[in-house]
Amino acid sequence: MIAAMVYALPFLWQGFVLTLAVSGLVVAGSLVIGLLLGTALAFGPRWLGLPIRVFADTARAIPLIVLIFTVYYGLPALGLSLSPFWAAVAALTLFKTGHVIEIVRGAIGSIHPGQMEAAKTIGLTFANRLRYVIFPQAVRRFLPPWINAVTDSVKGSALVSLVGVVDLMMAIQQVIGRTFEPMPLYILGAAIYIAVNATLSIASRRLEARFAATVAA
Amino acid sequence: MSPPVEAPPVLAIRGLVKRFGETTVLDGIDLDVARGEVLVVIGASGSGKTTLLRCVNALVPYETGSIVLDGTEVAYTAPNSGVRRSDHALSAIRADIGMVFQLFNLFPHLTARENVALGLRVTRGLGKQEARARAEHWLTRVGLADRMDHLPSQLSGGQQQRVGIARAVAMEPKLLLLDEITSALDPELVGEVLDVVRGLAREGMTMLMVTHEMSFARDAGHRVVFMDAGRIAESGNPREVLANPQSDRLRRFLRRIELRTE
Repeated sequence: MIAAMVYALPFLWQGFVLTLAVSGLVVAGSLVIGLLLGTALAFGPRWLGLPIRVFADTARAIPLIVLIFTVYYGLPALGLSLSPFWAAVAALTLFKTGHVIEIVRGAIGSIHPGQMEAAKTIGLTFANRLRYVIFPQAVRRFLPPWINAVTDSVKGSALVSLVGVVDLMMAIQQVIGRTFEPMPLYILGAAIYIAVNATLSIASRRLEARFAATVAA
Repeated sequence: MSPPVEAPPVLAIRGLVKRFGETTVLDGIDLDVARGEVLVVIGASGSGKTTLLRCVNALVPYETGSIVLDGTEVAYTAPNSGVRRSDHALSAIRADIGMVFQLFNLFPHLTARENVALGLRVTRGLGKQEARARAEHWLTRVGLADRMDHLPSQLSGGQQQRVGIARAVAMEPKLLLLDEITSALDPELVGEVLDVVRGLAREGMTMLMVTHEMSFARDAGHRVVFMDAGRIAESGNPREVLANPQSDRLRRFLRRIELRTE
């Protein structure tokens, strides 16, 4: 069993890198877009908030696999053809952005309205009210659910193998195709996913502790 | 205390009307605040006092009327125009209007010093050292020289409110709005906060103050205004108005307040 795992490791390396690349792109993309749209949802006018609301709810309500197939197999009919890799990244990003919007809105909504008013009364402009008053407080509420969303992205990235992207999951399947020994490979694969997410969890706990300290100390 | 000398008012409110849906909260308010004047607003809850202050600071929009601070229309580009000023223009006007809140609204992630220095640095554009020095000056003034590095959560209610006052006056506003600033305090902490306000009054700070502290209104206010159902029902010298209320409404209101404080 151990021998089978050691044999497989070099074949998995590229898939592992690809899984990290997909996850990284999805996390970064959804963070940037989600922050913008979530902030717009929290403070913007209703005509802007409504479509954002609909988008966030829709993205979260569709099964991830349906979203991936729609982008990869469906969009070409509309003239937009993406490679399996970018189709997968786009679909996962849409999905994750829905979550980030909700997390951002919740984190901002948890800040007492008096904070915004106090920031107004000392003459801060909107951008500075966010920068100096709202975001520093909201980040503590944002981090725990966001870290969950990040580990979710890493796990969800395994689905991209279904459109032929050779990620960690696909690489495992390919090795199994040669060795016909599924068990050691799946255990190894699980161990790698656990290792990645455990690392993220530990890092996030440190981060949270730091932000908590700045308020409690 | 004698009323200040005649001069153009710092704040001039004309025909101010504010509605929340069907409810008319402010029903045509005309009010001037002279430079150096301490104007005390009293009235039952729901009479529109707090909304009046919030309109002056453009925290809420209003339907019609005009609010002019030192020659500048506050929330809108012109009286009754409905064209609201840009965020930048509003921010610049608000920088000249200080406000102290009933629930303090200190920034919980910043120390006392940082709470006071933030506006000085970002809005007034002072350097780090100067903002810090001015923040320390004002915190010392309100008796918190030994609490500069404390977070709001580490301060008593009275201390938090004094930080709130320091944060507002450090900006050197033309007008200071005080919204029931002692209502959330334990009774034994009210005195220390009102003493700070008395000190500011003596130095000529122009103040528009909503309060239920009648003894303070009597001995520190230049003028008192009694609001009822969104209108100014009575106004004048605090000693006279509070000693000889003309309307049943004010008589009843004063009786209720006295029952509560005794």
